[in-house]
Amino acid sequence: MKSGSNLEKVLTAGQFAVTGECGPPRSAHADEVRHKAQHLKGMVDSVNVTDNQTSVVRMSSLAGSLILRQEGLEPNMQMVCRDRNRIAMQSDVMGAYALGVRNLLCLSGDHQKFGDHPEAKNVFDLDSIQLIQTVRQLRDERKLLSGQEMPEGHEPRMFIGAAVNPFADPFAFRVHRLAKKIAAGVDFVQTQCIYNMPKFREYMKQAVDMGLHEKCFILAGITPMKSLGMARYMSKFVPGMDVPDDIINRVKAADKKDQAKVGIEMAVEQIQEMKEIPGVAGVHIMAIEWEERVPEIVKAAGLLPRPQV
Amino acid sequence: MIVAERKPIEEILDMVKDFKKILVVGCKGCVTVCNAGGTKEVGILASILRLARDKENNPLEVDELTLERQCDPEYIEQLDGKAGDYDGILSMACSIGPQYISSRFPKSLVYPTLNTNFLGGSLEHGVWAEFCQACGNCKIHLFGGLCPIARCSKSLLNGPCGGSSDGKCEISKDVDCVWHLIVEKLMEQGRMDMLTGVKPIKDWSTSRDGGPRKIIREDLKL
Repeated sequence: MKSGSNLEKVLTAGQFAVTGECGPPRSAHADEVRHKAQHLKGMVDSVNVTDNQTSVVRMSSLAGSLILRQEGLEPNMQMVCRDRNRIAMQSDVMGAYALGVRNLLCLSGDHQKFGDHPEAKNVFDLDSIQLIQTVRQLRDERKLLSGQEMPEGHEPRMFIGAAVNPFADPFAFRVHRLAKKIAAGVDFVQTQCIYNMPKFREYMKQAVDMGLHEKCFILAGITPMKSLGMARYMSKFVPGMDVPDDIINRVKAADKKDQAKVGIEMAVEQIQEMKEIPGVAGVHIMAIEWEERVPEIVKAAGLLPRPQV
Repeated sequence: MIVAERKPIEEILDMVKDFKKILVVGCKGCVTVCNAGGTKEVGILASILRLARDKENNPLEVDELTLERQCDPEYIEQLDGKAGDYDGILSMACSIGPQYISSRFPKSLVYPTLNTNFLGGSLEHGVWAEFCQACGNCKIHLFGGLCPIARCSKSLLNGPCGGSSDGKCEISKDVDCVWHLIVEKLMEQGRMDMLTGVKPIKDWSTSRDGGPRKIIREDLKL
């Protein structure tokens, strides 16, 4: 075991893993995190805590992660390169580990142009791949980037994650970028929300042909559509998102009051398909501001009870 | 070259609102090439200022002068004996010019009329783009001859990120994803190996992050 996190144990035991997501509030209101946590408890193996996603200022991912721990859930703390330099990132990784965080998801981060502070200065001292490499060095070599060593047993032993987007361009390079993240030291990856299943299958085939699924755990990203409006928004405005017309048409065909139900049905079907795709080790369910619907998705997909390992 | 553009005229008029006599100083270097602060632009700005103030029945006397460069003390010296004649001196150079003038004439009020934007080049007539961030340690040969530090919105050394779509950057459809260009070029050249290796963490100490920079060439010093 690298970190001994629940997520690592589930994946290593060969179980089909389920992760969830929790976006901290745009305030200091801890109960909002606790409330979201209650919906996910017992439903998922680990919960991503986003780090100022879409560059909108929120409660820190470290604080959100600790609140989840208090509630008995395992956090997967996200960390972006946009807002911190190598000094702050190493410091936060050690601090998070000291406080009980065992999974760390390394991301470049959305550009601040999308957020509520477009006039901010960004950092990008490291990129996501270099952050992976850094966290691995802290863990496996017990060394900071400066070369400073940590005594044995004092190093942060994180289960290292990353995001991959099989649908961004250039498509031919995408699987090689996954290979790069593996070379840097990633243990698991979660994909961008998947709607284009044929393209995802093609991506997975490439990954399996290169043997990448044996070097890191690949979790497929699932985001249920709440409405036609959301489907259209995802298709048009979210960078790197691929929403085929047949998905939009299926939501459109339903009465407005039934669109959410159809969205959930589609997510459940997708999860069933994911279980059969070679190389897929689990699913990452990103029910954006819709955490209360996760239990029914997980249940309908036959993923309960979650394994105790 | 350094690419700059003129500030909005309202901002410049506000700078000189209390003055009766000013000097507008152009530069024959980069800002002439990028049509922002050469002899021609000095003439245009001077005319606009005079006309605007005539309209308010508050005439402004504007003298014009364009120096060879404003980033060398020897050219700034040409203002010796003149600088004191003006209520204000408006530089049409990049921000280096007004700093040199301010430094040589401590009593003068000196104003920048350009916004200094980036190190770049022209793409077509009337269009300029950023190509360099002056990081002080050039590695473009590792990226198909293209600079990801200046041209990727996140300065990624191991791109492209998940926001690259149809060859464009996630921040705008008007911005090319330089990583898309790098990948295509290296793939075409059959140099895939240059893309698959993890590019190491960059030492930013040669960049502005290391503090204000200076080059000393002992062989050239007098």
